[in-house]
Formats: sequence, structure tokens, C-alpha cells
Amino acid sequence: MTERFLITGATLATGGRADLLLSDGVIAEVGRIADAAGATVVDADGLVALPGLVDLHTHLREPGYEQSETVLTGTQAAAAGGFTAVFAMANTSPVADTAGVVEQEASLGRAAGYATVQPIGAVTVGLKGEQLAELGAMARSRANVRVFSDDGFCVSDPLLMRRALEYVKAFDGVIAQHAQEPRLTQGAQMNEGALSGELGLVGWPAVAEESIIARDVLLAEHVGSRLHVCHVSTAGSVEVIRWAKARGIDVTAEVTPHHLLLTEDLVSSYDPRFKVNPPLRRAEDVEALRLALADGTIDIVATDHAPHPVEAKESEWDAAANGMVGLESALAVVHAAVVENGLLDWADVARVLSAAPASIGRLAGHGQPLERGSAAEVALYDPAAASDFSLDRLAGRSVNSPYLGRRLPGRVVATFHGGYATYLDGAVRPADEIARHASARLEGTRG
Amino acid sequence: MRHLLSTKELSRDDAIALLDVAEDMAAVQEREMKKLPTLRGRTVVNLFFEDSTRTRISFEAAAKRLSADVINFSAKGSSVSKGESLKDTAQTLQAMGADGVVIRHHASGAPQTLAMSGWIDAGVVNAGDGTHEHPTQALLDAFTIRRRLHGATSRGRGLDGVHVVIVGDILHSRVARSNVWLLTTLGATVELVAPPTLLPVDTTAWPARVGYDLDASLAGGPDVVMMLRIQAERMHAAFFPNSREYARTWGLDDARFDRLPPTTMVMHPGPMNRGLEIAARAADSPQSTVREQVANGVSVRMAALYLLLSGERGDAA
Repeated sequence: MTERFLITGATLATGGRADLLLSDGVIAEVGRIADAAGATVVDADGLVALPGLVDLHTHLREPGYEQSETVLTGTQAAAAGGFTAVFAMANTSPVADTAGVVEQEASLGRAAGYATVQPIGAVTVGLKGEQLAELGAMARSRANVRVFSDDGFCVSDPLLMRRALEYVKAFDGVIAQHAQEPRLTQGAQMNEGALSGELGLVGWPAVAEESIIARDVLLAEHVGSRLHVCHVSTAGSVEVIRWAKARGIDVTAEVTPHHLLLTEDLVSSYDPRFKVNPPLRRAEDVEALRLALADGTIDIVATDHAPHPVEAKESEWDAAANGMVGLESALAVVHAAVVENGLLDWADVARVLSAAPASIGRLAGHGQPLERGSAAEVALYDPAAASDFSLDRLAGRSVNSPYLGRRLPGRVVATFHGGYATYLDGAVRPADEIARHASARLEGTRG
Repeated sequence: MRHLLSTKELSRDDAIALLDVAEDMAAVQEREMKKLPTLRGRTVVNLFFEDSTRTRISFEAAAKRLSADVINFSAKGSSVSKGESLKDTAQTLQAMGADGVVIRHHASGAPQTLAMSGWIDAGVVNAGDGTHEHPTQALLDAFTIRRRLHGATSRGRGLDGVHVVIVGDILHSRVARSNVWLLTTLGATVELVAPPTLLPVDTTAWPARVGYDLDASLAGGPDVVMMLRIQAERMHAAFFPNSREYARTWGLDDARFDRLPPTTMVMHPGPMNRGLEIAARAADSPQSTVREQVANGVSVRMAALYLLLSGERGDAA
């Protein structure tokens, strides 16, 4: 008999308060629950209960870059952020461009047990943009890949992009494009504009993103395929996507928490914590992205969690690595950027951080409403626990967070995955305990 | 002053004070005994991650004439070229007891990173960072203009009403950036002239007029024309068709030089590409300040090191 949890008095995203009983990996009951003998009680008075969050864009770095993150530590960070499923980007070493690598990642995720690890397959061999990777083999593998991306690099060759879009139709796949025209961004260091000119940093022009998105939505229309746009960062990109959706093109788009909150002014410090790709943009872009998320032009929030070791960020700006960790802070940042100002309510948050990403990624067992019979994937969030974001909130291996020292309006209190707690009372549960739960659950599904 | 990282941060009073100290230093340079004991026992490190013999020897001369001990640390052939980080290099200098670090770096912002990192206690002088700033170059340019205009009565003055035209690769020029901020802080009006490809995409926040037509700008009879060096690598990256077209359109050739009023100063931060951005006649004319700029560079750098390193350390800029 596995541990049962009774969550009492939680505020549901849809409004109203309820108790939730988690038992045998599902939500056994929702409502006023008087009798739950033997269950561990979690007092959720004042806490918002959300379906476990799903991140369509995570860098777990394993295999190959274990000094930055591993599947274990990355999913611990996920648990600390309220996530119960992460899509692992393909830019590992070796690159996730074969069935063998994606199956290994998925199995590491199952063994760790903190969250569902759904590998993303590379579009091209070695992310080199020259030749299609074995997309079909990855789709048919035990990792069951549906999302393909060369993230970190743009599939810039238009013919290759067209072929990839067409090919994945055979198994309901989607190409997640990192939209960055490579020639227009050679050596780029920050958003191109007045500030880049002043700081003497090579500019990353918005048009380098917008032109690729414009091309790709037209390609997707032409071949009748599904396109997903990673980390949309400019107001112009929003306009292109809005146009494409109005035209009926099957495109979805994501925005990162940092592009919803932070602006390029932070680069004036030359502090590499703020170096990220695509770069932080203008306040006008942030505003357009927020509105686009609110009106559905942008479908989801995805973290682009990108861990780097200390030495990769302790340097002059040009030499520093691009990227920020984001899993642990995502929900509080979304709260600060679009919930506090009323653009989104908690039901919208459940959609953009759970249901919609699960749906785009064709991931079963996640993103379900908190109803009787749904999978027991739950995050509890305290929207009144404003505090300065600090190192003890980071649970992954790397600490390259742009939010350290910044006041955020709330915090994740508990996360439940497969019915067991992965994060409870502000602490990640021990790895051996979680591994035992995970293996018991695996036994259960086999038997 | 704690560090000298940019001219953008410099107030008019601080800038004039520095130029006035440089006048004192220049007076010392005219004596037979050129050396002052001011920085005896202090150590100044010239930390050069980019080749620049001219700037390095100028700083070296400045530090030595103030009696500082000078260590030259060139990134070439050192541990830096073997992958040592800026942090480790800085901590090495800290352990050696550097009081001042003069840094030239290919990355914009590296001097600020060094100054703000906590890796080192030394005062930091930016000797040119990437395409960001080169504050001592702008200060020596301002000093040179002020001296030419006001001679012995320069002290205490700004550059009010002076009209300066800066011509060339503004996009990649740290000299242009530092001059835009400093010269306008001192009261000058600055006009930038370049091919559109060699201007930043958005200069609306710069206190300068921007144009593409050199002849139109020169027709205004500016007090100063400053020609910037065109780097060879720009010619292979589609910034302009070729050097002939550049020289014809944006070079200070004989015909353009002849149309200038005889009082117009011709400046160049060096090293010059004669025949490309500047013709020999202009470069060698009495209107040219090129050699004065070099001499004044030592005085201005002495002033900067003096203000940073003499007396008690740690007071705010």
C-alpha cells in the first residue's frame, strides 16, 4: 500500500475550495473529504492547487554535460518548481538524434522518479542542420518522441525545414523551431537597439527571429503541418503568429518566464546572469508578449531552463554562456508578470503551464484538470508568500538564476507526481525515497 | 575617483578637473626632469588582452613619470592564451599587490566586470574595451582641442560651442562612443558621419547628429574633424563595397581638406590608413593634431592614474 495524501482546503484554479485525496497514483476524490484514514494530511489552506506543471522546454544536460545538470538534479529542480513533467531538449552529448539516446534519457528519468522525462528528438543529425535525424525511429522507440527540435540552433535551411515538417506528419509529430536566422545573428550578444549601440555589444535583431517565424508558418501552411515556435521574444513575432493563427495555420508558440518579466536594461551591468538566447528585449516586447499570452496568440509558458556551471558565467560578457535556470522560479515569475496584473487567472495558468504544453507534446497523463480519476499530478502554490528569491530555492545543480535577490510574489509549497510527494514543505524529498516510489509505481504498471 | 571605466558616467566638473590636472602634468613634461615622485611604491599593471603598443607605452610612460612600478601583462604568450579566465588573472594581480590595473580587452564591459566583481581591490582604468569605450582617448582628444583653442588659458574651461565632426566606422568605434559622451558633456556639439552600415542601428539616445554626407558636414566649417581608422576586416564583411569607394565618399582627401577653413583641426586617434580615411596632406598639415594627441595622451593618462591612485583609496567616484 503506497502512501496516500489528503490535501485539505486547497483553492482550485477554477475557483472554490476543495479537499483532494491522492491514492494509487490518481486523484481518488475531490470535494469535502471527511474520511481518509491513514492518509498524510497536507494543509493547503490559502494555497492554489494546480495540475502538475509541464515544461515543454528543459535542458537536462545529461548525457554529456553533467557538470551543469543531470536528469536527476534537473528533475529535482522541476519538483521544486511544481513541475511533474519536463520535455528534455536534444542538445546533449551525444545529441539525442537516435532511438538509443532518447530511450536512455527516458529511462534515467523513470529511475530518478521526480517527474516524467519526455525526450525531445533532434531534427537533424548532430544538430548540424544538414541531414534529417532518425525521426521515425525516435517516434517508434520506447521514448515515444513527438516533439523534435534542434534548439540552440535554428533549422535555417528552408528545404530541410519543409521536409522535417512534412515527415513528422506520419506520426503526429511537431517541429519546435528555435527561430534565429544565423547570418543575421553572427556574434550576437544582446538585443539590437539603442542600448546595444551604446554598450558596444553586437546586436541580435528582432528581424532575425521574425523572418524565420514568417517563413516557417508559410511552410507549415503549404505542407499542412504542425509547427511550434520556441521562446518567442519580440512584439513583431507576436504579430506574425497572430496573423498565422487567424489564417488557420497550425502553429503554437511558447514564451519563457524571463521574457515575460525581464528587459534588456539589465544588460547595462554586463552581469552575465542576464545573458540568454534569445536575448532579453525591450519593455514594449515584454508588454506584447504578456498580452499575447493573455489572448492566446502565445499558447504556453516554457522555461528554457538552461543550467551552466559557475565558471561559465563568471567572466566578461562576451565569453559567458547563454542561458538561465528557470524551473524553480517559473510559477512565481508568471505570477509576477501576468497574474498580479490580472491578465491571467489561475485557470489560465493551469492551461499555459500544464494542459496546453502536455497537449502540444502529446503527453498522456499530464495536464489533466484536478478531478476525480485524473492522474495524481499536483502542484501547491502559496500566492501570498512574497519573498526575495534566494539560493535555497534552487534545487538543481546550477545556480545561474537571474532572479536571485529579486522579490517574487509567491512560492511552490508541494509537488505530487504519480501520487507521491516529490517536494514537500519547501524541500525536495530525498532521492532514495523517490526512487523507491518510482520503482514501486513501475512494478504496479507492469503487474 | 575610484575607477575610470567610461566617459558616459563622467560629470562636467570631474572631466574639467581631470583635464586641469593633465595641464599640470603637461607642464611637468616640459621640464628637464620629467618625473614626479607621486606614485612611488605603487604598482600599476598594464593588462592587455589585445595588442596595442601605442596605448600600452603611453600608459607605461605615464605611470613611470609618476614613479610607479609598472608591470606589463600581455595576454599573448601568457597563461591567458592557455585559457586562464579573467577572474584568475585578476586574482593573480591582486595577490601581487597591484594598486591600479590598466585594462585593454576585446570584450565590451570587461573593465566594468573587473571593477565590480570583487576579484580585485585595485583601481581600474579602461584602456579600451571591445566596441564600448576608450575614455582616456576621448580625454586626450578633449585636452588637445582645448589646448589648441585656448592655449595657456585652458584651465577651468569646457568646450562650449565647439563643433566636432567624427567620421568613419562609428559602429565599431569605442573612440567615437567615448568622444560623443565626453565632448557633449563639455559643451561641444558632435556630428557623426558614416556609411549607414557603419552606424549603430539606433542612435536616437546619443547626443549627436548623425548623417551620411561628409561634404555637407564639412561645408558647415567645423572646428574639428576627427577621422576614424577603417579596419581591414570591415572590407570583407559587406559594410561597404571596397576601399576606393570608401575613400572617395568618406575619406578626407585633398579636395575636401582644401575646402576646410584653415582653423579646422584634423584629428585621428591613430594608427592612420593614409590614402584611405585620410590623405597624407591632411595628416601632415599644421592643422593636424596627430602628434600632439600622442604627447597629450601621456599627460592625460598621468592625470587619470594620479586621481585614481594617489592618496587614500576607497572613496567613491
